[in-house]
Amino acid sequence: MKTMQNIDSFTHVRGESLFVDDISIRQDTLFGLVFDSPKAHGIIKNVDYSKAEKLEGVVKIFTFKDVPGENQIGGILPDEPLWAEKEVHFWGQPIAFIVAETESIAKKARQLIEIEIEELPVITTAKEAKSKGSFINAPRTFNLGDTKEAFDNCDYIFEGETFSNGQEHLYLETQGCYAIPQENGSIKLISSTQGPTAVQKITARVLGVAMHKIEVDVIRLGGGFGGKEDQATPWAVMTAVAVQHLNRPVKYILNRHDDLRMTGKRHPYSSFFKIGLNKELKIVAFEAEFLQNAGAAADLSPAIAERTLFHATNSYFVPNVKTSVYSCKTNLPPNTAFRGFGGPQGMFVIESAIAAAADNLGIDRKYIQEVNLLDENDEFSYGQIATQVEARNTWFSAKEKFELEKIEKEVASFNKTNEHFKKGVSLMPIAFGISFTNTAMNHARALVHIYQDGSVGVSTGAVEMGQSVNTKMLQVAQEILGISAGKVKLETTNTTRVANTSPSAASSTADLNGKAVKLACEKLLERLVNVAANILQEEESVISICNDLIYVADKKSSLSWEELISQAMLERVALSENAHYATPVIHFDKTIEKGHPFAYHVYGTAITITTVDCIRGVYEIDAVKIVHDFGKSMNIGIDLGQVEGALAQGIGWMTMEEISYDSNGRLLSNALSTYKVPDIFSAPKTIDTIPLETAGNGMAILKSKAVGEPPLMYGIGTYFAIQNAVKSFNKDYKLKFHAPFTPEKVLMALYEK
Amino acid sequence: MIEFIFNNKEIKTAVPAGVTLLDFIREDQRLKGTKIGCREGDCGACTVLIGSLKNGQVSYQSITSCIAPLGNVRGKHVVTIEGINLPKELTVVQQAMTNNYATQCGFCTPGFVVSMTGYALEDKASTLNSCNDAISGNICRCTGYKSIEKAGFEIEEKLTEKDDSDHIKWLIDQGFVPNYFESIPERLKTLASSITDVPKNNEKSVLVANGTDLYVRHADTLAEQKIHLVTHNSDLNGIDISNSICTIGANTTVTDLIEHKEFRSVFPKLDDFLKLVSSEQIRNMGTLAGNFVNASPIGDMSIFFLALNSVLTIQNDQGTERTIPFQDFHQDYKKYDLQQNEIVRSISFNILKNSEKYNFEKVCKRTHLDIASVNTAIRISVENTHIKSAYIGMGGVAAIPKCLSKTSTYLIGKKVNSQTVKEAAVILQSEISPISDVRGTADYKRLLAQQLFYAHFIALFPLNVKLQNMMT
Repeated sequence: MKTMQNIDSFTHVRGESLFVDDISIRQDTLFGLVFDSPKAHGIIKNVDYSKAEKLEGVVKIFTFKDVPGENQIGGILPDEPLWAEKEVHFWGQPIAFIVAETESIAKKARQLIEIEIEELPVITTAKEAKSKGSFINAPRTFNLGDTKEAFDNCDYIFEGETFSNGQEHLYLETQGCYAIPQENGSIKLISSTQGPTAVQKITARVLGVAMHKIEVDVIRLGGGFGGKEDQATPWAVMTAVAVQHLNRPVKYILNRHDDLRMTGKRHPYSSFFKIGLNKELKIVAFEAEFLQNAGAAADLSPAIAERTLFHATNSYFVPNVKTSVYSCKTNLPPNTAFRGFGGPQGMFVIESAIAAAADNLGIDRKYIQEVNLLDENDEFSYGQIATQVEARNTWFSAKEKFELEKIEKEVASFNKTNEHFKKGVSLMPIAFGISFTNTAMNHARALVHIYQDGSVGVSTGAVEMGQSVNTKMLQVAQEILGISAGKVKLETTNTTRVANTSPSAASSTADLNGKAVKLACEKLLERLVNVAANILQEEESVISICNDLIYVADKKSSLSWEELISQAMLERVALSENAHYATPVIHFDKTIEKGHPFAYHVYGTAITITTVDCIRGVYEIDAVKIVHDFGKSMNIGIDLGQVEGALAQGIGWMTMEEISYDSNGRLLSNALSTYKVPDIFSAPKTIDTIPLETAGNGMAILKSKAVGEPPLMYGIGTYFAIQNAVKSFNKDYKLKFHAPFTPEKVLMALYEK
Repeated sequence: MIEFIFNNKEIKTAVPAGVTLLDFIREDQRLKGTKIGCREGDCGACTVLIGSLKNGQVSYQSITSCIAPLGNVRGKHVVTIEGINLPKELTVVQQAMTNNYATQCGFCTPGFVVSMTGYALEDKASTLNSCNDAISGNICRCTGYKSIEKAGFEIEEKLTEKDDSDHIKWLIDQGFVPNYFESIPERLKTLASSITDVPKNNEKSVLVANGTDLYVRHADTLAEQKIHLVTHNSDLNGIDISNSICTIGANTTVTDLIEHKEFRSVFPKLDDFLKLVSSEQIRNMGTLAGNFVNASPIGDMSIFFLALNSVLTIQNDQGTERTIPFQDFHQDYKKYDLQQNEIVRSISFNILKNSEKYNFEKVCKRTHLDIASVNTAIRISVENTHIKSAYIGMGGVAAIPKCLSKTSTYLIGKKVNSQTVKEAAVILQSEISPISDVRGTADYKRLLAQQLFYAHFIALFPLNVKLQNMMT
């Protein structure tokens, strides 16, 4: 299998990689700081900036009144002002932007601002929002078959309720932007964003200027995970507004507390399920109602809600499905994209439904899971027919390769002999659709220059944020052109080189941009082969390039890559190419909620083993053993890292990461001392990942499937493994589906009567 | 002026002592490899190494530079990622990280590399058992840690060949650190002899030890205030065990306790207990007195010493000392018995007798680098199967670190068995008054208090006390 280290490794480990906060700034740079709402909902009666404005070193305090264009940053729906005008809708909503000579002056100024807010009722939960009819948009419903009729024919029917909490992205690098004035009112923004075009478009809208006046450049991100898809935008726009007025560079890097307080997170979901099975344990009908806590504005919530429905039946075939989702408007910061994008929340519900059914029937969950796994040509509730399905393949491979029976025997005997510790095992299959579910977003471009010395520069719309997409882009260029890695450089992501891009999201970045790089390189190659054929007096069909040398019918010729490029220059051959790729086949009709939205699905199965300390309620994850469908991985080292990292995030979401707001809408888990993400000791003791051997999928770049999001959902298995351990200690425990399963909930469960 | 060695360069700076070391590195020195992740010591992205002269050798410890006052590096060797880099090649640690795909977005990476290099620089006396221990304060959001752990194994294996006779030279030869490290001991000695102006206390200045608590909350104001660094006061250092009494100076860090040979012999399970306290970086900084005067109801070290029936020595600015039982020090939430002109000087306790046992328990959302939901310690002596004395401290169950005196009194004279413990747990519930907060609901803390109380006895008297018997 192919592998190649992240091309940034060398500078990363030496601390030489540049992030926004590390670039050298101009001497006349000013520093920004947001003044945000200290209440979750209310009418702004008065804001007194006078004391702050008088502070020495404060240059200007910007508010909605300073917006020359539209005070509107909403992406999907125009429902979010850059700065609050008359009302505030969440605690942490930006009201003003202080620009000062130093960051420390800006901080002092912020403390001098006095605000008077007439408080209005605060909604913090989706359930309350629904009961009050507070929604972002109309609900969506997916239908397959007829659940009403099907339930009449079920042998068993179970109903229940679930909750999965939000999740803070906790990218190690906080949000930030550095804005620099250019000529003629143009502005360059160096932003830590997953969506350079979104930043460009919204900035132009707010500033009331043409998009070509705004250049967005992204070097790399210190983690994104969805948190910088839409929500990197406001900070960039604010710095741009300030630059437009002051004609001096403005830098704003959020401190951690401000970032935690002001930005949205993974959506909490309250859900209800009804599952019907027959005697053979086949799931005949499934209904679910999802209440998504969207927060105070749409952000990406409608799209996230949609993906919840796409993944509501996970990797199972259910002939009769009815699922509905409500994006509930509350007074939390607008919740946003987070790795999985609503999919994990959907999967948690059906896995809970299966657990409830299994518990009632007195059997292990796996018996229900196994007989319902997707097969070739099964239909998803949204009309797509499953093909090249690997659900059963990964499931049975995992059972066999990791000797599930042996594991289960060992666990049973451990539980029999141990009074203080109990182990639990679970299986977690996944099927995750790849593509932006909004078909129009599935396109990308690449610009490839071959310089006259033979070196190559590649620009794409892909943003490097640790997923090593630049490494994969380099591999594509290298493979198609037949040259060594050292000849290829990946440029920053810049809106002037590659325009109108989709954000780096939906696990699709490598597929979309990689295909564009491939197309561009293929066109260059075609021209170069023509030049080579002329030089060597051979047919084009026998010419190939490999390892910087030109081959004729698989034999090395005397012609080198550099000589070929020199000759091409002399012959005035174009050595630059811009290519466009749009995913074929996919479509989706929202009016009937049917179509073929995904290029393909990624499959896999994880076995999770946990040990619960039944005296203290704490637990460890002994092992997670995975068979994963990478297609034909183009970089197994990188892809394994994506699996492990996503898994750890999924486990964090299911175990210790607990977002907490009080009833006034104030974030309580507002620092790293109160919001805990996994550390090295809470990671599973072992993670074994076996790549499933398949032919790969042609819709994926070099047949190497998308890998960013799917493995996060293996983490859901941890919830049920812990639950099984609790069950074996406390026979009176009544199953609850309320994630995360914190040590608190575990201890309460161990001793409930 | 503050004088120290910064990487390979002697520095004499007029930057105020209260500015964080992190800001000095990034803003004054313009070295950007040390990253800003949280500014509260909870992520490790800003980790640097601090080298101090000890018996003619330089001993290195990792710290989080975001909550460290610059003034504390006077006379030390400060090493950032730039000071670890070799001119062209990667160091062994960097290569191991690269080999194992242990860097993804790269933002946390320099901090990990620094911590792991610190592990390599530890001398034989180190109590770090593994590379994982060295990165207990480093958070990575991308990798899931397994690749970093593998890099650690690679480093550990390489270090098994280490030549302890001149370990710095060996590390240089093997490519762990650059050549200049060899010159540091001499340069620090020269520096020590030239430093004369150790600042005196000024009445208007704020007392700061290593800053792990104050800088989390007040870094901005401390940067501009006059601060007095008590770490310069060597009277407050040291651990002394004589005449069966252990006396520990106020400046003693948790790491000092862990590394103290005699202290370790008093508590055979010390490593297990104290590695539940924060992270390697913070243990290298956080002082006992700092933990006591922070007065958090869940301060780990307060609970640790409360159960030892310790005595606190307090000193005023005239040098006059007074002693109080430690259990009387904390009076109400964040209120304690210390006047404006007083400082905590030391804490002492009678060494455990053979009949005495000690145990420490702590549960939080994340086992390491987290603040407890409930923590507790017990010191108990049993003679002829009967309890002779008992001291129990418990945190997270009252406004102050709680001394469970009623529960202790109840235990005395009773037989050690499940029945006794179960009955005592009822008294315990009457003594505590936990509140619901971000660390858990009151109901949970009550249950957890009971369970950890049971855990003490199950750990110390496994033959006499059984969980099952207490559950029925």
